Amino acid sequence: MSISHAIASGMGGIRTTGDLVARMQLRGMRLPEAKKYVADKLHVSVFDLTDSTVMRGLRQELDIGVITAVPGCAKGLEAKVRIADLLDIEINCVKRLRDKSAKVVVG
Amino acid sequence: MILTRMGDGYTVEMTPDELRADLVAGSEDAARRGKVPLLEEAELDWLQDLFTGTSRVVGVERGHEAILTKDGSVNTLYSAQLSSGVGIPLAREQAFRVFERAFCFDSMEIGHPDYSFKPVKPIVALEATAVEGVLHGCIIPVFYGAMPNFGLYAQPDGPYANPADLLPRGEIQAARDVQLEIAETCRDDMLYVARHMADVGADGINFDTTASAGDAEFLATLQAVEELAATTDLGIEVGMAAECVLGFHGQLQYKGTRLAGLWPHQQVKVVEQAGAHIFGAVVNTNTRRSTPWNVARAVTFVKECSRVAEIPVHANVGMGVGGVPMFEVPPADVLTRASAAMVEVARADGL
Repeated sequence: MSISHAIASGMGGIRTTGDLVARMQLRGMRLPEAKKYVADKLHVSVFDLTDSTVMRGLRQELDIGVITAVPGCAKGLEAKVRIADLLDIEINCVKRLRDKSAKVVVG
Repeated sequence: MILTRMGDGYTVEMTPDELRADLVAGSEDAARRGKVPLLEEAELDWLQDLFTGTSRVVGVERGHEAILTKDGSVNTLYSAQLSSGVGIPLAREQAFRVFERAFCFDSMEIGHPDYSFKPVKPIVALEATAVEGVLHGCIIPVFYGAMPNFGLYAQPDGPYANPADLLPRGEIQAARDVQLEIAETCRDDMLYVARHMADVGADGINFDTTASAGDAEFLATLQAVEELAATTDLGIEVGMAAECVLGFHGQLQYKGTRLAGLWPHQQVKVVEQAGAHIFGAVVNTNTRRSTPWNVARAVTFVKECSRVAEIPVHANVGMGVGGVPMFEVPPADVLTRASAAMVEVARADGL
């Protein structure tokens, strides 16, 4: 059932920009506003956001995680650090990573 | 003849006139009950074309795609029939990656197999560890999801007298009092779990099947949302249990709004007031009516909800809601039609 919805109506997750637009909805942005915000940050059109032909290459160029398993491309938290910078937002787990990776002071 | 389905999933044949009549009747039913506007002629025409088309799978127009959030979490893959699960022997962390990398979901949840806040409380460290794991290795937003589920707090499953036993005995005040006691405990449990998820850096929390036991459960959830919105950076989604909030207590208000009897376009306003970021609208499926009737009815409700909302509306389109047949394996032909209609006609921001 979930896959049928993904095919019929979904943005495509990390094949395209579904994860990025979802992050803006998590801040309460309606869909058109969230899409425009992400499109502006990526310097692409709103129409391009769900075009996997466009986004596969752009995601690799921006190094924000790609759908296929490519050695060397940003994974997990590495990608989210870059996404937080790209979208100019704070991502909770990235904030935690930055707190945890602060210089250790002993004594 | 047009081939479509009933609300229980069985195939039915209709003439074009019968199809149109069902679309109009479904919209009229929603308009009458919820006091919301009817679908316009152009929207009925669009739905008529949608159901007249013979393609097995349909979708939204290119460029109109919407965001997917998921209730029930990754349980769908590893759980049993109780969660419509298919029993694949995968850990939750693995299942999450399958949703991200194979199914291309826009976001996903981690959840307990029982999917209620109460049983999570004693094992919250285990749950938070699973959330941490996917936060480290995955890219899409990570929710923790669970149901308020008042039912688990009342006897025989919990310590409190059962309001459903008290009400038939005419003990109205006792039933109301115990609902407020349950609300306080349930709210504390939701806050306890959600704060643990905030501490490990979860992106969001999903209160799913909210108000399943009526207005007191809704109040407890709104109070938890208000507290979390003020004190954490969690994105908060509130998904409802049904189209109309039951007045099991009957007198409860949130910021001056009586909760009993609220419809989706009214529910979203109190959810917004509480500080949530995404609202999950629910419209129940009537198994004795056709899918066109149910879809027209559901999009009539959700269209008005989307119109008045200031936050994203994610329409529930799982088994038995949003025009989808009440069957554990919903057929793709009507499922994808309900999916497309919710985005194209109801203007849902997501599903």
